[in-house]
Amino acid sequence: MKKTLLGTLSVAALMSAGATAAQAEAVKIGVLATLEGTYTALGEDGVRGMRTALAQIGDTVGGREIELIIQSTDASPDSALRGARKLVEQDGVDIILGPLSGSEGIAIRDYSKTQPGVTFINGISGAMETTFVTPSENFFRFNTDGAQWSVGLGDYAFNEKGYETVATVGEDYSFIYTQVFGFTTEFCAAGGEVTERLWVPLGTKDFGSIIAALPDDVDAIYLGLGGGDAVNFLNQYQQAGGDANLIGGSIMVDGTVLSSEGSAKDALIGVPSAGPQADTWDDPKWQSYVKAYQDTFPPDQRFPSPSLLATGYYNATTAMAQCMDNVNGDLSDGHAAFRDCLSTLELDAPNGKITLDENRQAIGANFVSEVIELDDGTLATQMVKKVDDVNQTLGIDKAAFTAIGLPGRDTPECKSSY
Amino acid sequence: MRRFANTHPVWTALIALVVVILLWLIFAIWPPGLVDVIGRKKVFLAALFNGITLGGLYFLVASGFTLIFGLMRNVNLAHGTLYLLGGYIGFHTADITGYWLLAFPVAFVVVGFCGVLLQVLVFRRMEGQDLRQTLVTIGISIVMADLMLWGFGGDFFNISPPSWLSGPVETFLVTTVKRSGDLVYMKYPMVRIVIFIAAVVVGVAMWLALNRTRIGMMIRAGVDDRDMLQATGARIQIVFVGVFAFGAGLAGIAGVVGGTFQSVAPGEDIRFLLASLVVVIVGGMGSIPGAALGALLIGLAEQFGSVYFPTYAVVLTFLIMVVVLAFRPQGLMGSEG
Repeated sequence: MKKTLLGTLSVAALMSAGATAAQAEAVKIGVLATLEGTYTALGEDGVRGMRTALAQIGDTVGGREIELIIQSTDASPDSALRGARKLVEQDGVDIILGPLSGSEGIAIRDYSKTQPGVTFINGISGAMETTFVTPSENFFRFNTDGAQWSVGLGDYAFNEKGYETVATVGEDYSFIYTQVFGFTTEFCAAGGEVTERLWVPLGTKDFGSIIAALPDDVDAIYLGLGGGDAVNFLNQYQQAGGDANLIGGSIMVDGTVLSSEGSAKDALIGVPSAGPQADTWDDPKWQSYVKAYQDTFPPDQRFPSPSLLATGYYNATTAMAQCMDNVNGDLSDGHAAFRDCLSTLELDAPNGKITLDENRQAIGANFVSEVIELDDGTLATQMVKKVDDVNQTLGIDKAAFTAIGLPGRDTPECKSSY
Repeated sequence: MRRFANTHPVWTALIALVVVILLWLIFAIWPPGLVDVIGRKKVFLAALFNGITLGGLYFLVASGFTLIFGLMRNVNLAHGTLYLLGGYIGFHTADITGYWLLAFPVAFVVVGFCGVLLQVLVFRRMEGQDLRQTLVTIGISIVMADLMLWGFGGDFFNISPPSWLSGPVETFLVTTVKRSGDLVYMKYPMVRIVIFIAAVVVGVAMWLALNRTRIGMMIRAGVDDRDMLQATGARIQIVFVGVFAFGAGLAGIAGVVGGTFQSVAPGEDIRFLLASLVVVIVGGMGSIPGAALGALLIGLAEQFGSVYFPTYAVVLTFLIMVVVLAFRPQGLMGSEG
């Protein structure tokens, strides 16, 4: 009798243990970030942003442990695709956070259509096509795109800075096309003229000839470069004695470049730019996020304040965590409840409120800023203007916006109205 | 030179014509019509000079590669790795000590020592087995690339030149005339000029060492007929180790140079291995003047390509290689057979 009772008890104990184990099965999250190549510094800070969020969340979402798998890419679409394939088909992840770079985003959007059982939450990639053309049901983007990041800058450059003619230099791929698209439409509509657009391959080392080819009869030069390319350009620009007025793309005047070694970055002091954040914004929510970032990592393993890449991955991670909590970790039925939550979520992000449109693309605030030197000698961006609720068509009517064409080397044309 | 002129009068005339046109393009003030056709003179001059300085860097890398190949018939596909290692060592030396110049001897010695290890531990064990050497060195380069990624991280490092080298200098070349009649002189980065001069000095010194010294004589004899040299009693293994160390050391120095006017990062090893392969194929395997000519051609092609037809710039380099292989498979300066 006693033995039977003991047996029953142990069976019950085993069963309940089995049940709890099933319930607490870890959720596998794959992360794509550029930890190699030109955008290494950017990818590393993206991962820091994600870890900042996880440190706040406490490493469980919806009652389930998180199993993280970080996969490195090198900003090329095929490396992102390879990485995503490995995460999904080998590691069997439930959710992918990432990727970081524009053309990677387009490749992952296409891949996500072939994997309906996995939910993709964009890291910070910012090409317009990713969500604007043939959007994917299971690809969510909680960051505004490169064109949205340019909102306010064209107007500021023309009306406040008094630049009437601008030439652009940019890396030859989708994200920078999108950035130049946003800048050109607004700058030309304000009355300015974009006279020349120079494109260099991503990962260019020797900018000597490009620097010489910069026109000297324009009021300012727009720089759409990032990571190692931006640092290389500035170094060689300084060596060549360049002294034109500069306008910065979003990742050109980001923490990743402003915190680089050497004195070349000083050329950026006073340069106007726009993007989804301003480093020294005094909003309490932003300040507490900056503090969380600073507290998560020792000073020598991070930037003085989070870059926009960190903020992007931070927002993607918090959005994921909020919805996982909301559905109690239930990813059954092809993630239906989880995706429903993501689509309707109003994310109270440190850089302003973010909602998604019908293409699962973010609508959020944008910041026009200038680079300043702080008291401790580091550089940071200071807000001069904030534009709220920027949507993907930049406030232009959708039909008229589609008629402009997709961002490219020569698109859009410089016109006074669109 | 005179013999070449006598045997190839048409080629001589063509080369002379190109030189004259080039000199005119460099020194003359361009008429407006020309500017309309091919753009401003400043752009042309910058591309020309950048191509030459880039060629100087390629020469530093490729000369070691071609020397090792010429003497030992070793295809060392870990040569790019030696370049990258030199860059990292140079960066950390300059960073810790604060002396840019100190980076060069340190990189030369350390990377040269790695070259000795490669020769003694790897190549000597598989002498004459081309395929095995190639595969083993590819393996080494992959393993080393990952080890360096692990040790130094994936970041970009810029080796900062000292203050007396940074900034531009004004040259005596006129780029354009302002409306007021003032001449505008071309500005060019100081550090690039110094690096180019250094490459020329290294090249000339190598040529002199090869052609005017006893060791050079032995190396040349080894390139021509290794077995016969060995038969005369020369201690050929010591010569091999010395040449390998020197070639590797040059790659290390090139890494410091590359880190100064470009940057050091993972992936550069493959880029420079490919560049030096193209350079020695164009110039001729085993020939130092060939490496110089090939490096100059490839450097110029890259820079002119990036300015005048950016979309196809990458193709141009390989187009040159294809043309050379089609019409002169032994390379421009290579010896037949």
